[in-house]
Amino acid sequence: MNGAQDLGGQMGFGPIELEENEPNFHAKWEERAFAITLAMGATGSWNIDTSRHARETLPPPIYLSSSYYKIWTLGLEKLCLDKDLITKEELASGTAQDPAKPVKQILKADNVAAVLAKGGPADRPENAPARFKTGDRIRTKRMHPEGHTRLPRYARDTIGTIDAVHGVHVFPDANAHGRGEQPTWLYSVAFKGTDIWGPDSDPKLTLRIDLWEPYLDPA
Amino acid sequence: MSHDHSHDHDHSELSEIELRVRALETLLTDKGYIDPPALDELIETYETKIGPKNGARVVAKAWSDPDYLDRLRRDATAAIAEFGFTGRQGEHMVIAENTEDTHNMVVCTLCSCYPWTVLGLPPVWYKSAPYRSRAVRDPRGVLAEFGVTLPEDKEIRVWDSTAEVRYLVIPERPTGTEDWPEEKLAELVTRDSMIGTGLALNPATLEVSS
Repeated sequence: MNGAQDLGGQMGFGPIELEENEPNFHAKWEERAFAITLAMGATGSWNIDTSRHARETLPPPIYLSSSYYKIWTLGLEKLCLDKDLITKEELASGTAQDPAKPVKQILKADNVAAVLAKGGPADRPENAPARFKTGDRIRTKRMHPEGHTRLPRYARDTIGTIDAVHGVHVFPDANAHGRGEQPTWLYSVAFKGTDIWGPDSDPKLTLRIDLWEPYLDPA
Repeated sequence: MSHDHSHDHDHSELSEIELRVRALETLLTDKGYIDPPALDELIETYETKIGPKNGARVVAKAWSDPDYLDRLRRDATAAIAEFGFTGRQGEHMVIAENTEDTHNMVVCTLCSCYPWTVLGLPPVWYKSAPYRSRAVRDPRGVLAEFGVTLPEDKEIRVWDSTAEVRYLVIPERPTGTEDWPEEKLAELVTRDSMIGTGLALNPATLEVSS
């Protein structure tokens, strides 16, 4: 979706604020927001694409004015409500009222290292021949889907070249919406800066973007 | 951790977001979805065990061992796993090598994708709107803010990490380090040099400080 998250090429955000010896967390609540988000992810109640979409669908003024872990917190509240793990009344009061819903797993301290080491690989067995090979010229689709997508706006309807074939990966546009993983080929696509940004682009700029096969047409 | 948050003094001392996170944690704990010791373990892990020192070891080995560099080029995930660095946000690793002609820089314009297994959690600037919006359009301007000026004829290759593939930049090895052991080389490798917003440290600065 064309949400506030799709920041590539937007202007007016000002200089980058650098911090000497930056800590991982700037406050206790950030630590807790980080940890509860990961622990709830481990319950298996949603996937990474669903959680990205939950954050992306925050209203733009809220998304853009919230710090990173606040966005995580608001996204987590939304996911817990959407999956009926908690009710609005419970969230408002901070007190459990209804019995908990069964979840696939509760993360225990002893298990943290193993769960992190395993991660969540997104590659899947090949299910069809790849449509493109390295060196092929493609054009990205002109599209503005209302649902989740990982084709950034700045790279739509643009000519590029397949730079690498990553294999078959879970398709976020489907997986974010409970339509299954629908695994499809994932490519690294190379673009010239001038093909994306026009004549004002740095002439020595090239970009590589990971893009799924349904985003691409032969050029 | 259990909280007592019905008192007025909480509201006078805690910000809206602190209260919000605390209420959510309490609720999820009471419902039994999360186990507080696991939360502490998660925080401890990223505070003490997983960070840019992991990536620096990978880069130092890539600089010193041509066979290892070859394994990284063919399958970075497997080569990085030789160190035991595996899993969350490092499931599919690819390296991007800086050369005399090309400088690589990584961004996630859509969120904050970052190779946790080798670099730990991303800094605030990496997740911020200024970096995410500008890195793809004006990387030279961004680099200047990091104090990095590259020759005009050097290609800047920006990687927008939209999928689960995570990129580790292998910075150029500084000259004058030909006989350095891996452990010492790793001290030249900064977090920013592995994102591409910095370069490896000048060996002279290290020798002065050590």
